[in-house]
Amino acid sequence: MAEKQPAVRMRHISKSFGQVKANHDVDLDIYGGEILALLGENGSGKTTLMNMLSGIYFPDAGSIEIQGKPVTIASPKDAFEHGIGMVHQHFRLVNVFSATENIVLGLDESEGFDLKAAAEKIHAICEAYGFDVDLNQKVYEMSVSQKQTVEIVKLIYRGADILILDEPTAVLTPQETEKLFAVLRNMRNDGKAIVIITHKLHEVQEISDRVVVLRKGENVGEMITAESTTQQMTNMMVGHQVTLNIERPTPVDPVERIRVKGLTVRDDEGVLKLDDVSFSAFGGEVLGIAGVSNSGQKELLEAIAGLQGVESGSIQYVGDDGQVQELTGKDPYQISSMGVALSFVPEDRLGMGLVGSMSITDNMLLRSFRDGKSIFADRKAPRELAEKVVGDLEVDTPGVDTPVRRLSGGNVQKVLVGREISSSPSVLLCAYAVRGLDVNSSYLIYDLINKQKQSGVAVVYVGEDLDVLLELCDKILVLCSGKVSGIVDARSTTKNKVGLMMTRLKGGEAA
Amino acid sequence: MIHISKRKEMPLSQSMAIRGLSIVLALVICGVITTILTGLNPIDVYATFFSGAFGSARKIWILLQEIAILLCVSLALTPAFKMKFWNLGGEGQVLMGALATAACMILLGDKIPNGLLIACMVVSSIVAGAVWGLIPALFKAKWNTNETLFTLMMNYVATQLVAYFIIVWEVPKGSGKIGIINQSTEAGWLPQIGDYKYLLNIILVAIITVLMYIYLKYTKHGYEISVVGESTNTARYVGINVPKVIIRTMLLSGAICGFAGLLLVGGTDHTLTTTIANGRGFTGVMVAWLAKFNPFSMIASSFLLVFMERGASEISTIYALNQSFADILTGIILFFIIGSEFFITYKVNFTKKSEEVEKADV
Repeated sequence: MAEKQPAVRMRHISKSFGQVKANHDVDLDIYGGEILALLGENGSGKTTLMNMLSGIYFPDAGSIEIQGKPVTIASPKDAFEHGIGMVHQHFRLVNVFSATENIVLGLDESEGFDLKAAAEKIHAICEAYGFDVDLNQKVYEMSVSQKQTVEIVKLIYRGADILILDEPTAVLTPQETEKLFAVLRNMRNDGKAIVIITHKLHEVQEISDRVVVLRKGENVGEMITAESTTQQMTNMMVGHQVTLNIERPTPVDPVERIRVKGLTVRDDEGVLKLDDVSFSAFGGEVLGIAGVSNSGQKELLEAIAGLQGVESGSIQYVGDDGQVQELTGKDPYQISSMGVALSFVPEDRLGMGLVGSMSITDNMLLRSFRDGKSIFADRKAPRELAEKVVGDLEVDTPGVDTPVRRLSGGNVQKVLVGREISSSPSVLLCAYAVRGLDVNSSYLIYDLINKQKQSGVAVVYVGEDLDVLLELCDKILVLCSGKVSGIVDARSTTKNKVGLMMTRLKGGEAA
Repeated sequence: MIHISKRKEMPLSQSMAIRGLSIVLALVICGVITTILTGLNPIDVYATFFSGAFGSARKIWILLQEIAILLCVSLALTPAFKMKFWNLGGEGQVLMGALATAACMILLGDKIPNGLLIACMVVSSIVAGAVWGLIPALFKAKWNTNETLFTLMMNYVATQLVAYFIIVWEVPKGSGKIGIINQSTEAGWLPQIGDYKYLLNIILVAIITVLMYIYLKYTKHGYEISVVGESTNTARYVGINVPKVIIRTMLLSGAICGFAGLLLVGGTDHTLTTTIANGRGFTGVMVAWLAKFNPFSMIASSFLLVFMERGASEISTIYALNQSFADILTGIILFFIIGSEFFITYKVNFTKKSEEVEKADV
């Protein structure tokens, strides 16, 4: 394959956002007639790299050649002119338009506009590649997978022969994934260059011809899929000799704190998110929650924190004296008024846990502004707390009056976690607490969690990195499409077993 | 290629310099346009402009009074806007306050002692404005209706109500006007401090300005308003009752608008017309926005807008130009002031053609 002219040749591409290097000196070749998997952990710079190819971002340095010719891609329009199309994780479709209308939308056609002819051409494309889509259906009536199909057809209709798909299977069922893969193979056989961005190894194995691995924004190697094992890919993805070595103190006298029984939750659109979930979280233990993304983790934590309506079931808090208090249907203020010290580090740090435009001090105030009878909010205590958190957790900031939005991801998380543990909680809920953080910040967060555990806090930790879950937690609850597929002892189980339970392939415990 | 990116933060001196420069530029352009269109000497025109605002003691008092009323409406809108509740109903809320004031003066004018009458006027104007603010807030809180359209529509309802009552109370019958209310008894006229007709209004608004600053910056309510405005998700996360904050804040916003109606009817005009609010419900939005919702900066932005309006209308009077000419000048100046905010927030880089970028990269 080396003699072949690559459809895309990217050389020495770098891109930084502020101080964060999203991509550093990346070389990448993409060939026609091949499916390339771009593999890497969250935050490894896969999407950023492809966004530069599709004109969303402009590289700080480096060059791009298409079919051997140097080009400048400054906008999505430029990308289209070079035959590059990208399907983003969030679709860009007009809901009230039909599939056909969305596909032709925004095209300049100088000599009049013939929707009928366009529909025929689209139909021919669908026939050729095996797309299954009703062209007259309105987008708002479509399932996620149908919308994705429309996005792909749109790109092909516009003449794209280099297609990039950003985590296309994250939102699909296994059957839909199969269908998508069949279509992708047809397109490959037709000579198109296809890139799929993913972090799921089994998909890489199933669909790709070649794998390029990114780690921390750099290209760390490539391999031919057929000649490699998932173990090799994992090693390359996480770096060599992955020894996490997170300290894990043995729980001392765990006592039951949170008791969840038969919890069932639907989202605003009526989709079942949690189905009959029951478990207990113990003080002095870390309970990990594992599952593929969007299996109900977010809803579970938000239901406990009082932010998510509950359809049925109950959430109870067991106090020190064994007294049971009902948390179901209470809002966060009512929960704290009941004397239940519940802290929550949500997934959306700047959109929920903190207010980006406010200073560190004012963000500390979020939890304490009601204190005291005065009509004035006391900023003295929060300021002291802010200074303490900045000092203790080594937050890198010009001062406590700096808006948190201007801090880096790791520092934002330190501020949030620092505030949440400052109230000496008895229950600590964490969602993806180390997502996007560098190694040092991550370890600092693990340490904080362990300290909370040792002081008797019931920690519920939702994570996506199985290695971390296995090393940090005492028990792991595995969610699969909103159901509990099992609760395992983190010390004795294996990554493989948890992985299978997440997908219920042959997990054994599948209901 | 033009590359536009957001600036980090600009020192105050620099941003003030940009604002100052934009006003100078605006005046130069206004001068050029005046000369081209009318053949007048631009220096004379500017002199007239200033004399329109500062020409005599009386003009200065009017200027201050106009600033006070505009500032009062702007202060009223500020908490709502800070909460990202787009209250475009200031006009209607002022009108309702004015209507309630006039109703007290006309119906109770000779029946109760003057002190009691004024107390009634104060209470009823505040309640009327607050109710007009409450209605859209309730709908927003309960059913998440669009407050922009709702408050806007409430303006028309208020205007029609006022029009109706003007017919009911018209003096003399058939004139379609109310005329000066209680001209002989001056019942319900807000007291005059010394010889200064407008001083009371100015002092009251100054007090509101300080109170609003403290309310927004230091109280728990003010903090809740900021959190709800920045992110309702965060507000929910810390257990802030978002509907309650929306309703409470709109009650306050409407109440102060109603109070502005009181100042207009009881303090200065002593009559009621459908145009008594004179667009301040909308101009106030601009005042608040230009000042970034800081009540003290709003003194400057309302001064600027009133000064321009007075100056521009003086030009059209003295030189017998159409009122539209004053509007053209105001428009040009506003365009430059608002435009300067763009350059304060964003940085514009002109990069040479793309080849150079590539060359640098290889």
